[in-house]
Amino acid sequence: MKAWNRFKSSYLLYSFKRDPIAILSFSVLSVLVVISLLAPVVAPYNTYDTSTFDIMDAETPPSWMEEGNKDFILGTDIQGRDLLSTMIYGLRVSLIIGCGAVLVQAFMGILMGLFSGYLGGKLDSFLMRITDIQFSIPYLIVAIFTSAIFKLAFGVGRYEELAVPLLIIVIGVSHWPIYARTVRASVLGEKNKEYVEAARVIGLSHWPIMYRHILPNTMTSVLVLSTIQVAEAVMSEAALSFLGLGMPITKPSLGSLIRSGFEYIFSGSWWITFFPGILLIIFILVILLLGDWLRDVLNPKLYKG
Amino acid sequence: MFAFIVRRIIQSIIVMLVISLVGFSIQHSIGDPVRDLVGERVTPAEREVIRDQLGLNDPFYIQYFRFVKKACKGDLGLSFFYKKPALEVIVSKAPATIELVMVTALILILVSIPAGIYAAIYPKSWFSRIVMAASTVGVAIPVFLTAIALIYLFAVELNWLPSFGRGETVNLWGWESGFFTWDGLKHLVLPSVSLSSIMLPLFIRLVRAEMMEVLETEYIKFAWAKGLHNRRVWFVHAFKNTLLPVITVFGVQLGILFAFTILTETVFNWHGMGFMFLEAVERSDTSLLVAYLVVVGVIFVVINTAVDIVYGFVNPMVRIAGTK
Repeated sequence: MKAWNRFKSSYLLYSFKRDPIAILSFSVLSVLVVISLLAPVVAPYNTYDTSTFDIMDAETPPSWMEEGNKDFILGTDIQGRDLLSTMIYGLRVSLIIGCGAVLVQAFMGILMGLFSGYLGGKLDSFLMRITDIQFSIPYLIVAIFTSAIFKLAFGVGRYEELAVPLLIIVIGVSHWPIYARTVRASVLGEKNKEYVEAARVIGLSHWPIMYRHILPNTMTSVLVLSTIQVAEAVMSEAALSFLGLGMPITKPSLGSLIRSGFEYIFSGSWWITFFPGILLIIFILVILLLGDWLRDVLNPKLYKG
Repeated sequence: MFAFIVRRIIQSIIVMLVISLVGFSIQHSIGDPVRDLVGERVTPAEREVIRDQLGLNDPFYIQYFRFVKKACKGDLGLSFFYKKPALEVIVSKAPATIELVMVTALILILVSIPAGIYAAIYPKSWFSRIVMAASTVGVAIPVFLTAIALIYLFAVELNWLPSFGRGETVNLWGWESGFFTWDGLKHLVLPSVSLSSIMLPLFIRLVRAEMMEVLETEYIKFAWAKGLHNRRVWFVHAFKNTLLPVITVFGVQLGILFAFTILTETVFNWHGMGFMFLEAVERSDTSLLVAYLVVVGVIFVVINTAVDIVYGFVNPMVRIAGTK
């Protein structure tokens, strides 16, 4: 209750209410997240169950077009699945992979950044050299290479079974250096402040100081970074799936749905690509807008100045 | 300055060693050089003999050492599918990718600099507002969707431009070029426009931000006070100082463009290095894959080192930081 009251009078809520773009993107995002989490309840068909669809329905156009069928509001995909349901399930897959990948990269990056910034010395230069090396290669190349290697190492069938955890690892590993850098920078800013010295004086050892005292003060930048990284991760997942290195078509994410539709675009079945594409763009856009707003609000330079 | 260059080059050699180590471990653990050499119809006993002859039963570090030594001579192994040295395959595919990146870079410069400068000079005009809004949305659109939209509009519906392959090419001293035929140029339009759409929002914003910052400085105010002509202040005094950070970012982003060619080449069936890489994955052509990794590594390391050294010349702060 106390926390709620503090939240009610906070600057965060105040500026949120005054920013129509933030309100709009937050509501769109929450609707999308709720729909995708409740996919089995909300979606008209269960697209993971092969008995619910029929190949004879394949490539039905959206219901408002001439050959449309009102059972399938947005038409069907190449296997005869209801496109709307497939998109809802696909969004769920994209969301799970995006959030999972951000958790992985945040865990790796925060740990490395914390140790590197607090302990300094040889460990610091070693870890920062690693991030330098990885930074010199674009993250997408890293992600494409690792997933390609996993695909070769596991074989196609096994890779498709394990696609979700593997993609989480691949995207997590390819993005972590940015977390390490950010956390390290804030740790360097915090570690010479009085409260850390006070903690040292009362005889706390390194780990409690890092974990209980410094880490909470780096969370603002981590939070801002995380929103943008979720969007990045969803985009990377879509790119990997589009290249055929991600989710299989039996359990499609938005990216693999777009890939499957792309092959049919020349025969005029535009909707298989169009609707998942629009959904993907909207999803990424609202996260990015929210991230921009959060960065402006939480950046203390801008309002406390 | 000399010490800075030496330090930077040593660093890039270390990076290359790490990349080659990664590449070699991949080849070591999932590749099968015997299959690459003789195919699959050889008895296990004969395989064992060949393995011994090739030195595949030696310890890891000896094999790695041999791999590096061969790589320095330009021998990156044999492609299983093409039955040719992997490096030769990559070099034969490189012109397509390089031409695509060149045209994309040209589009980026020709569009982002004028648009960014205009948006900085007239931040309140409707054109600048549209450009800024479009660049916000543009960041959220994945490149393959831009590419598909362009294909649908210009190739399927309007039928103006081709969307498949490189078209007619001319062979200039071993370089397959699409620059000199009308057909080749037409094939370049859609891939390069979609590839440039990734970087365009970023560059417009960068040019605009830098230009706006420069326009606030004292010496620009002084130039106004002197009564100089608008155009002289904008394009001679302000623009020059806008360019420096833009060039640096441009150098680094050029490397990233190479990464994104994998996506655009897939969509447009453009037979360059990225397309070859995905084919290699599908055919389990491990040596070609590793060779690609090493080649791309060299490209990135060379670009990054060159940008850093050039920047070191221009900005003394970079070369002093890091020395103790």
